Amino acid sequence: MTQPDNVTVGAAVKTVALVSSGRHPVSGRAGRAREDARAVEMGLSLSGGTLTLLHAGDADDAALPEYLGMYHGLSAGAGPGRLDLLPMAPDGDALPALAARLRQSDARLVLTGQRAECGEGSGMLPYLLAETLGWSIATGIAAIEQCDGDHVTVLQALPQGQRRRLEVALPCLLAVDGVAPAPRQSAFGPARRGITDSVATAAPAADPGWAAWQWQPARARPKRLKVVKSTNARDRFKAAAAKSAASGGQVLTDLAPDEAADRLLAYLRSEKVLAPVSDAEGADQ
Amino acid sequence: MLQTLLPILIFAALAVGAVGAARRIRLWRRGQRSPMGWHRLVRMPKRYLNDLHHIVARDKAMAHTHVATAGGFVAAMALALVVHGFGWRNPILGGLLLLASLGMFVGALAVNRRRLDPPAKLSKGPWQRLSKSLLAYSVGMFLVSLPLVGVAPTTLGGGALALVLTLLVAWGLLEMIVGMGWGGPMKHAFAGSLHLAFHRRPERFDDQHGEPQSKIPHDVHRGSRSTALFPLDLAAPKLGVEKPSDFQWEQLLGFDACVQCGRCQAVCPAYAAGQPLNPKKLIQDMVVGMVGGSDARYAGSAYPGIEVGKHRGAPAEPIVPQLVEAETLWACTTCRACVEECPMMIEHVDAIVDMRRFVTLERGETPEKGAAAIDNLIATDNPGGLDNASRLDWAADLDIPRIQDRPEGVDVLLWLGDGAFDMRNQRTLRSLVKILRAGGVDFAVLGDEERDSGDVARRLGDEATFQRLAERNIATLSRYRFQRIVTADPHSFHVLGREYGAFGGHYTVRHHSTFIAELFDAGRLHVKAAEQRETVTYHDPCYLGRYNGEFAAPRQVLAALGVEFAEMERSGYRSRCCGGGGGAALSDVPGKARIPDMRMEDVRETGASTVAVACPQCTAMLEGVVEPRPQIKDLAEMVAEALIEPASDTASPTATADTREEIPA
Ligand code: SF4
Ligand code: SF4
Repeated sequence: MTQPDNVTVGAAVKTVALVSSGRHPVSGRAGRAREDARAVEMGLSLSGGTLTLLHAGDADDAALPEYLGMYHGLSAGAGPGRLDLLPMAPDGDALPALAARLRQSDARLVLTGQRAECGEGSGMLPYLLAETLGWSIATGIAAIEQCDGDHVTVLQALPQGQRRRLEVALPCLLAVDGVAPAPRQSAFGPARRGITDSVATAAPAADPGWAAWQWQPARARPKRLKVVKSTNARDRFKAAAAKSAASGGQVLTDLAPDEAADRLLAYLRSEKVLAPVSDAEGADQ
Repeated sequence: MLQTLLPILIFAALAVGAVGAARRIRLWRRGQRSPMGWHRLVRMPKRYLNDLHHIVARDKAMAHTHVATAGGFVAAMALALVVHGFGWRNPILGGLLLLASLGMFVGALAVNRRRLDPPAKLSKGPWQRLSKSLLAYSVGMFLVSLPLVGVAPTTLGGGALALVLTLLVAWGLLEMIVGMGWGGPMKHAFAGSLHLAFHRRPERFDDQHGEPQSKIPHDVHRGSRSTALFPLDLAAPKLGVEKPSDFQWEQLLGFDACVQCGRCQAVCPAYAAGQPLNPKKLIQDMVVGMVGGSDARYAGSAYPGIEVGKHRGAPAEPIVPQLVEAETLWACTTCRACVEECPMMIEHVDAIVDMRRFVTLERGETPEKGAAAIDNLIATDNPGGLDNASRLDWAADLDIPRIQDRPEGVDVLLWLGDGAFDMRNQRTLRSLVKILRAGGVDFAVLGDEERDSGDVARRLGDEATFQRLAERNIATLSRYRFQRIVTADPHSFHVLGREYGAFGGHYTVRHHSTFIAELFDAGRLHVKAAEQRETVTYHDPCYLGRYNGEFAAPRQVLAALGVEFAEMERSGYRSRCCGGGGGAALSDVPGKARIPDMRMEDVRETGASTVAVACPQCTAMLEGVVEPRPQIKDLAEMVAEALIEPASDTASPTATADTREEIPA
């Protein structure tokens, strides 16, 4: 899926890309995160040099110049890349700082990856941020098809290469998927010229949960293999490539939002994903 | 009438030529200034008569032609100035002038004969005209000077003949003197001599390190091999060359010296493979950019597949893509065949890498696979993105000593290079280890502390990544003690030996072919004669041969093995590149043929059944040629196969090492 070339908004819709520090899968060195780099790529092709980057964390992170090094191949006269840095210790909670900064700015479109490659990497940040700001959110974005002042039309990536077209109202937060167009090369010259503005934030709150958690390295979960006993290569291939067919599902349509939410909650409780009602009241939602 | 006209003509030509020359100098000075001293001009005559002539003389006929024509012209012009210009009509001087014009005439005849059916590498256009102008000048000058020695004094005094002769001399002066300053073909004499004086690589003229390896005197390289790329100041406001005016002025001067002889074009592997690169056209495009205008007036061979006349340049305009397409730059394998061949000592590779630096460092437009390799180098210290700790996996059973365990130091640090990750090259490395053991060499490796040398990053223009790798490798090496570094990779050999010096890393580095030859010389290796005699040829790797002048050792090793040796037509300093250097294997610019296929054709012509190689990159490129083809073996593999393990050695460890060797790597 390639980004349609002609979709640009320039400075009309103020666009910000959230960037985090990536970890190389082999060496563990800091660098661009796979999805965040795609978010920046999407932002650069949409808004050109007016895209601003935003990062909460360590100013000396090696990943930051790599993002700034992507500011090339833009329209003539585009200045150096700009990154707003919200200084924060690794155990700080990025959410309040990011939300405050975005509220101050006139940003209307925020692009980010879906999940950080280090730290908690819970994948919750885009949702929590959109909730805090009261913005719309769409995740799994593969491409932006159109953007006017009020709406953005995007393609959302679904399993097995399927795409779904969504129209999202601005302001919104788009979490970019790994299938989005590959990021451009990070070049040393633009990286060196990029400007990092350290933005003082109100005493970054320490994340209360952080200290209490128990940490252990992530391990890839083994995949369940469906062994197909067939002498026929075609059958084996079909079995391997087949969609894991969801069985027994139920498609809910034409429900009022509240009713739909209730049905989902009831389902999640029945599956014991959510605690029964009495406990949920006290939980931090 | 002639006596009044000639001085006017001569002085007018000199004056107008001087004005043109001054303008030309201003063009060169649009380049970046570097400290210069006029005293360097004194170097020029020696460099011209010795170094330049030496290269020209690789083409005997052309050398003689040039000596006659240029020598005749310079003498005739100087004498004409005295005799006709200042009117000192001395018969002896007149006689000398006649002789000089005669010499020039003979040379001009040879030039014209060559130009009747010019070889494809030559440019036509003004260069065709020059051959006629040479005739005009020499004939005109001869005839107008005849009266000086008393021949035909009366008939030449006036009339139509005098007019004709005046016109001939005028034509000659216009081409030779005015054209020299105003950018005609003769500008090569003016720019060329200054280029020799202000060459950026003075080591090329130092007469050191002559390699007494060739029987043919002009094949011997005279000066030092100055082949390390110039370090780039990473704090400079602009990195690399974007516009013609970003070149150093000496480089612009050098481009202007080109005589469009096409020797570079004739040896360029990318050109031969139909990739869109022609070093001669590239240099001419640089001149177009320096002067400003279009390439439509270029009268030589185009970049294959790119039409002439569609590109324009100006000193302050970007070069890529208005003047030169990026793919032209990426097609170069940095093999230096062009530089080695160029009689004007122009540095094509420096220019190409300078422009690549801008494309990579400022524009971020390295070809896709090249960019991926650079990203991997940044993240994992090797271009494949592999776990650096797996660098020694191939040697798990070999028990290779680590230098970390040898604080007292070792004799030889074995530098593995990125070939350590490649299964084909691992066979070579295992063979090399076997040889080192058989020779009783005290060696160790860095293991996972070794990083890529930075060669590919640097040739792809990423000087930042190169310098980072260089600094880290130098820091690592400074922690250990060793006498010298031995490596089977000519690229590492070149970079460690020649390019790290600028960053404070000074080492004695030996290529494994050199080191094995030394072991043979010292009588430390014993080989058995091959069972069946087969014919072997040897492919000189660019970074071993042209870059570092090691042509002899690999041949010595083959001689020690007692194989039947057949030399390829293009071998030694004229070896044809395998196509894998300079990141060209990564940028993989499409052409009509593949460079390794063409090289394999060269191999086949010798009738050899094996081609000996001495570089992991050459091995990979040549093995990529479809079978049936001669087999490819590294020198180390050939030696290891023929080794007789010393029986006196403590029997058991050698024996086990030997049996292990049977296990395929
Ligand atoms: S660059 Fe050198 S070899 Fe090539 S055409 Fe010019 S003078 Fe000849
Ligand atoms: S270095 Fe080799 S490939 Fe590059 S232009 Fe010169 S001859 Fe051609």
